[in-house]
Amino acid sequence: MNNIIEIKNLCKSFGDVKAVQDLSFKVKEGELFAFLGVNGAGKSTAINIICGELKKDGGSVAIDGYDLEKNAEKIKSLIGVVFQNSVLDRALTVYDNLESRAALYGIYGEAFKKRLKELTDLLEFGDLLKRTVGKLSGGQRRRIDIARALLHRPKILILDEPTTGLDPQTRRILWEVVESLRKTENMTVFLTTHYMEEASDADYVVILDSGKISAEGTPLELKNTYTGDFITLYGISEDEAKALGKPYEEIHGAYRVSVNNTGEATSLITKHPDTFRDYEILKGKMDDVFLAVTGKKLQEENK
Amino acid sequence: MSTLNIMIKRNTKLFFKDKGMFFTSLITPAILLVLYSTFLGKVYKNSFASALPAGLNVPEKLINGCVGAQLISSILAVSCVTVAFCSNMLMVQDKANGTVKDLTVTPVKSSLLAMSYYISTFISTLIICVVAAAICLTYVSFVGWYMSFSDVLYLLIDIFLLVMFGTALSSIINFFLSSQGQISAVGTVVSSGYGFISGAYMPISQFSKGLQRVISFLPGTYGTSLLRNHAMRGVYKEMGSIGFPNEIIEAIKDSVDCNLYFFGNKVGIEMMYLILSGSVALLIAVYILMNIRRSQKAHI
Repeated sequence: MNNIIEIKNLCKSFGDVKAVQDLSFKVKEGELFAFLGVNGAGKSTAINIICGELKKDGGSVAIDGYDLEKNAEKIKSLIGVVFQNSVLDRALTVYDNLESRAALYGIYGEAFKKRLKELTDLLEFGDLLKRTVGKLSGGQRRRIDIARALLHRPKILILDEPTTGLDPQTRRILWEVVESLRKTENMTVFLTTHYMEEASDADYVVILDSGKISAEGTPLELKNTYTGDFITLYGISEDEAKALGKPYEEIHGAYRVSVNNTGEATSLITKHPDTFRDYEILKGKMDDVFLAVTGKKLQEENK
Repeated sequence: MSTLNIMIKRNTKLFFKDKGMFFTSLITPAILLVLYSTFLGKVYKNSFASALPAGLNVPEKLINGCVGAQLISSILAVSCVTVAFCSNMLMVQDKANGTVKDLTVTPVKSSLLAMSYYISTFISTLIICVVAAAICLTYVSFVGWYMSFSDVLYLLIDIFLLVMFGTALSSIINFFLSSQGQISAVGTVVSSGYGFISGAYMPISQFSKGLQRVISFLPGTYGTSLLRNHAMRGVYKEMGSIGFPNEIIEAIKDSVDCNLYFFGNKVGIEMMYLILSGSVALLIAVYILMNIRRSQKAHI
């Protein structure tokens, strides 16, 4: 797979504040890339630079082989963005909004109508076209935001906390559409999110802290590196849990034992077969990875 | 329909759908019309009547027509610029609510976006000013009508040019604004200040010589004078036909700024058009260059 995004030594400061420091990473074409970090970690700054909205202080940004400094307009036609907060015109109808945004990519007339039909079918918003955007629910508006980002068939879709505050149904539709586009059009998805279960579905994760990369890798690599495994044992006494010689905690009538890795879990099972009557082994979660890497809890930071 | 047309449609729709912006734009001409017809009109009329030479018998209709024409030219001169500032709020609102990001994240040229704001503001302002002109002309038809068809036509051309000027000026100033508070402050300053410096509230001839010279450098002054010349031409013609001495008519023209002087030299009507058109072209060019420069700064 080709690298569709290549960031090298990216730097950006606002006065004395170093928002992004020597940031380097690559995103492969067609992958779901998750960009994690607490507020102020530098995610939005990096995204704004990639989108050509913000001037960088140093480093290089290449999108699909095009240098941002030389081909900003070309790069903009390759990227679709779903902003954290909807930035559509609230006073206009859904149709008017999409018509004006499509025109900015040179899509109008029959080409626009054809694309609009495809998107209304994909995102199921045909009945909303004549409604004023300001009167839509949060979930409905999010679907229109996504349709707007997809108008020009971008190769890269940037989702900046796309599911924050959404109901489960809209969240499901969003991810179904994104997955479908990744499969059918090989679209690359660049995601920032506060939901760790979304990040754990990513192909590659970069964790940003204070403008620098703290950790990166596939979710499995990160879990293996930064968290251990957890064995949940059911129907045992506390004495049996204690006898395993590992840290444990009681959870609703069961005991959760922490081990460093799957090998250690296997060793325990073979040593104490009588204790392992009913159990499950789970990898650490992305929340645990994030906490271990940054020392901060993502959800709490954003409350 | 091209990208520019669709963006102009978007901006114009947003202006007329935003009741706040629309009614704010109407406030200036409405207040001025009420102010002039109820209070300032009488002051002007008394001032005009007392300045006439003794023994000169002037019909009441002519005095009313003269004052009315002066008033409507003032209202229209101020409205063309202040309404443009209110109509051009969208440019700032798009920045304040983050919508501009959704526009600039696309490959569209910044000069096209700039022109879409300019043209849509021009259209909105022109619609309001033409409606204001219709109301003003109706008012004059009641108090004393002396205008010919060509006077009305020239008056509309003057409005067209002055709206272009006001839109270009507001585009440059609003370019630097990014919040509702800032635009409200600018709107207030422009609404109260522009009328004075353009000679709409008070004839420039009544200012000190130094101030007159400074004001003679401002292009808007010539726009006001053009409107006044065309609104009052019929009145002057009637004055001549009933025996007003030419010196008196010229003195009246001097006193109400129909005659403007640049360092003692009288500025002709053609030159006024040239100054106003040149200023519009210059301001639009500056506005587009500012947008292009900002766009280049964001990428380099």
